[in-house]
Amino acid sequence: MSAPMSSSDTGTTPVTEPVTDPATSASESAEREPLPGAAENTGAAPGAKPYAAYLLGLADDAMVYAQRLGEWMTNAPQIEEDMALGNVALDLLGQARGLYPYIGSIDGTGRGEDDYAMQRDEREWRNVHLVEQERGDFADEMARLLWFSAYQVELHTALTGSSDDVVAGVAGKALKEVRYHLDHASLWVVRLGDGTDESHRRMQAALERVLPHLAELFDDDEASVLAADLGAGVLPSTLHDPVVARVARVVEQGTLTLPDGSRWRSRGGRAGIHSRPMGSLLAEMQHIARSHPGATW
Amino acid sequence: MESAVAEAISRIPDPEVPVINIADLGILRAVDVDEHAHTVAVTITPTYSGCPAMEAIASRIVFEADRMGYAADVRTQLSPAWTTDWMSDEGRAALLRFGIVPPGPAPVGEPQGPVPVTLSRHVVACPRCGSADTTEIAHFGSTACKALRRCNACLEPFDEFKAI
Repeated sequence: MSAPMSSSDTGTTPVTEPVTDPATSASESAEREPLPGAAENTGAAPGAKPYAAYLLGLADDAMVYAQRLGEWMTNAPQIEEDMALGNVALDLLGQARGLYPYIGSIDGTGRGEDDYAMQRDEREWRNVHLVEQERGDFADEMARLLWFSAYQVELHTALTGSSDDVVAGVAGKALKEVRYHLDHASLWVVRLGDGTDESHRRMQAALERVLPHLAELFDDDEASVLAADLGAGVLPSTLHDPVVARVARVVEQGTLTLPDGSRWRSRGGRAGIHSRPMGSLLAEMQHIARSHPGATW
Repeated sequence: MESAVAEAISRIPDPEVPVINIADLGILRAVDVDEHAHTVAVTITPTYSGCPAMEAIASRIVFEADRMGYAADVRTQLSPAWTTDWMSDEGRAALLRFGIVPPGPAPVGEPQGPVPVTLSRHVVACPRCGSADTTEIAHFGSTACKALRRCNACLEPFDEFKAI
C-alpha cells in the first residue's frame, strides 16, 4: 500500500480564550455528560481546554467544508449534483452544530453555535487546509470529497467508541451520513476515472492536486494526544492506513493511479494558521452576522 | 399514549413530508406528561444531523401543547441514532400512497466488495405502476432523507426514502 503522506508534524495547540465569562448553559440539546476533567461550566478545568480544542478541530473541519460545498449550489455540472453537494454540506453543518454548544460548555466560555461559526477570526479556526481550499473543477471536488469522507468514515467509526457520550452520539449519527458521502464520491471518481480520456486525465490531475493537503488530517498534536489518552478522541495518525486503503480501492477501480508523495505539504490549520482562501471564505460566511450584531429573524 | 396532549403531539405532521406524522416517522422518542403540573417533556431525534425541520417540529410541539394548556419542554437526542427501521407500518403505507417509496431494511454496516459503477443497486418498485424496472437518477433527492428514481416502464420520476 502506498502511503502518500507522512504524519510526523507536531503543531502547537492554540487555545481559544474565553470571550465571555462563566458559562450560562450548555445548550438545549440532549443529555450531556459531564466532560472528562472539566468542572461543570465554571471555567475550564485542567485538560478541558486541549480537549475542547480537539473537538473544535473536528467541528471546524465539518463547518468549513459545509461552507465550501454549499458553493456548488447552482454551480455543479448538473442540478442533481447541486442537490447532492448541498445535502452533503447540510449533513456536515449538522455535525458541526452537534459539537459547538458542547465545546462551549467544555472550554468554559458558554459560547453557542453562532458564536463559534460567525464570531471567530481566522486564527481561532482549527480546521485543516484541505477543507478551506477553493473549489476547483468538479473532479477536484470529488477528489477532496473522496479523501475527506473516507477520513470521516474511519474517524467516526472510531469515535462511536468514545468515552464521551456526546461525542459518541454525534459520531454514531454522522457515521451513517458520511458512508453515503463516501459512496457518492466513490461513484464519481470511478466514473470519471474510467470514463473518457478527458475525464480520466482531469480526475488523475485532481488526485495529484489534492495531495499536499492530506497529511494534516493525520497529524497528532497536543490536543489529539490528550483526547486519545482520555479515551474520548482518536489519534489521527492511526486513521492514516485505513483511509489510504479505502481511497486506493476506489482509485484502482477507476483505473487511476494513487499519486505517491508530494513535494510540499500544507500544515498549521490545527494551530490556527490558514492559507489564503480561508480569509475570503470567512468574510463571505460571516459578514451578515458581523454587520448586524445580535440581529434575529 | 393515553393523554390527549400526547395524542396531539404524536399526530404532528413532518414539515417536509407532511403525509407522515412524527410518531410514525420514528423521530418522536418519548412523551412524558405530568398531568399535575401540566407540563410535557418531549424527546425527538433528527433523521439527519443537519435536518432543518427539527426547529419547526420543536416549535410545533410547543404550540400544540400550549393550546391544550401544557408547557412543553422539547429535547433533542442524537443517540441512539435514528434509523428508518423505526418507521411504522402506517407511516410506510402513507408514504407509498403519496408516491414516495418507503425505505427497505436499514443496511447493517457497510457494503463490502468492489465499488459498484452503477447507481442502481437494489430493486425498487414504482409506486405508480408497480414495475420493478426502475433506476436511480440521483443519489440525493429533494430532502436529505430521499433519493430520486425513475420508472423505466411508465417513465415517471419518484422519490425513494433512503434506508439508513
